[in-house]
Amino acid sequence: MTTHFFGDTAVLLGRSLRHIARSMDTIITTAIMPIAFMLLFVYVFGGAINSGADSYVSYLLPGILLITIASGISYTAYRLFLDMKSGIFERFQSMPIARSSVLWAHVLTSLVANLTSLVVVVLVALLMGFRSGAGVLAWLGVAGILVLFTLALTWIAVIPGLTAKSVDGASAFSYPLIFLPFISSAFVPTATMPGPVRAFAEHQPVTSIVNAIRDLFTEQPVGSDIWLALAWCVGILVVAYIFAMATYRRRIA
Amino acid sequence: MTNASITREPAIRVQGMEKSYKDLHVLRGVDFDVAPGTIFALLGSNGAGKTTVVNILSTLLKADAGTASVNGFDVATQAAEVRESISLTGQFAAVDEILSGRENLVLVARLRHLKDPRTIADDLLDRFSLTDAAARKVATYSGGMRRRLDIAMSLIGTPPLIFLDEPTTGLDPQARIEVWHAVKELAGRGTTVLLTTQYLDEAEQLADRIAILHEGRIIVNGTLTELKQLLPPAKVEYVEKQPTLEDVFLAIVGDNGNDDAMTAATARTRKELR
Repeated sequence: MTTHFFGDTAVLLGRSLRHIARSMDTIITTAIMPIAFMLLFVYVFGGAINSGADSYVSYLLPGILLITIASGISYTAYRLFLDMKSGIFERFQSMPIARSSVLWAHVLTSLVANLTSLVVVVLVALLMGFRSGAGVLAWLGVAGILVLFTLALTWIAVIPGLTAKSVDGASAFSYPLIFLPFISSAFVPTATMPGPVRAFAEHQPVTSIVNAIRDLFTEQPVGSDIWLALAWCVGILVVAYIFAMATYRRRIA
Repeated sequence: MTNASITREPAIRVQGMEKSYKDLHVLRGVDFDVAPGTIFALLGSNGAGKTTVVNILSTLLKADAGTASVNGFDVATQAAEVRESISLTGQFAAVDEILSGRENLVLVARLRHLKDPRTIADDLLDRFSLTDAAARKVATYSGGMRRRLDIAMSLIGTPPLIFLDEPTTGLDPQARIEVWHAVKELAGRGTTVLLTTQYLDEAEQLADRIAILHEGRIIVNGTLTELKQLLPPAKVEYVEKQPTLEDVFLAIVGDNGNDDAMTAATARTRKELR
């Protein structure tokens, strides 16, 4: 059974990628909201926000990228939910395949779809004046953090995808995740926030991840933020994976 | 169907199968055998537990008690071998709507690790009269076409046993007949079919043996002729035409307000069948 794991995952990944290729609107809608936020914050609110940075769009981009991922993963829950509901999930589970490859295919699809959306958002940011002198290593660092963050959130998305009773239920979980960057260092420096809000903002995962990406883009020494960011990503990833697999086992038992 | 099959090992053997969902005892000791190469119909009302039986036999669910073997493999301990030797056509046509008909077939052929998935797909498209629609998205298919594709997908790899869970529910009469043809053709090629249905005429049309699942147990199991003989003789006096299976079913299952009569009828029919 396990000997087929990679082959089966590849076949099923090909299937989901075809879904995405045939509904490019999922990529577009994933990118539209973050782009709208970016336009709004740069051209409407930006003038009144003192971020201390030369270019507000460059300051903003890391948070916008996280919002992109948070909105993108709801499609993973949605696609998984449709598979559960249509019975094709059961068909796969009753076939002689490596069973977990069904989940892995969805997770990898999420990665591909989100990376595509992220590229679209970065391109728009470039048009809006985002510039970075970051070298290849720093870009790889940014990509690595974003991949980890996507995987972590995708495994969270697997849980509602497997358990939801309706389409709305399957995707509603992502709203708080989309909101999280607003109470972080993504849009304004946390120092401007009142005490309790600031305490929350400085100790939630988005702030350290945003700071790490921002430092990499602006060629600053990343300091302890990057380790904190990685710890958050890996921590969320591991916990979400364990819960998702437990949910999965309960569904197929 | 044939006498030769009696001597062979049953394709399905279920003994004392029990399953509860929390407080709901869906299956309370189900026993039946299915001979290889036959069509076996599991008949019952909605919620009788037909799908539960099918899901346990196709390794999607675990039974709480009892044993079940499929093609000689134990469903609990040899799940991988069971999955190798069966196909499940679930209650809802489990097809990928965004892919085309051909792509659906190729997908399943790849997942069954078969050589030359394209040829397999083309053969099945032809056999199920779907060649013209092969390149179209399944979302554009009619209910009958979907079901035919669904069954075609189940035939890939020619598994010796196929589960068809309510294959014609929600189909129009013409599509139903199309599916019946497909099922008959399958059995003609020696595939064992376990069919669940709530349509009595469907069982009458297709099945070699019919079992009625009611209140968690198989209360009757026999050929159509045997089942027809179970009708209480008193009833025959009043009815001029041959009793339909529907009459048999209703007489055996009874309605809720008539429990004692039903139990008596059940006890009698079980005795007679032995």
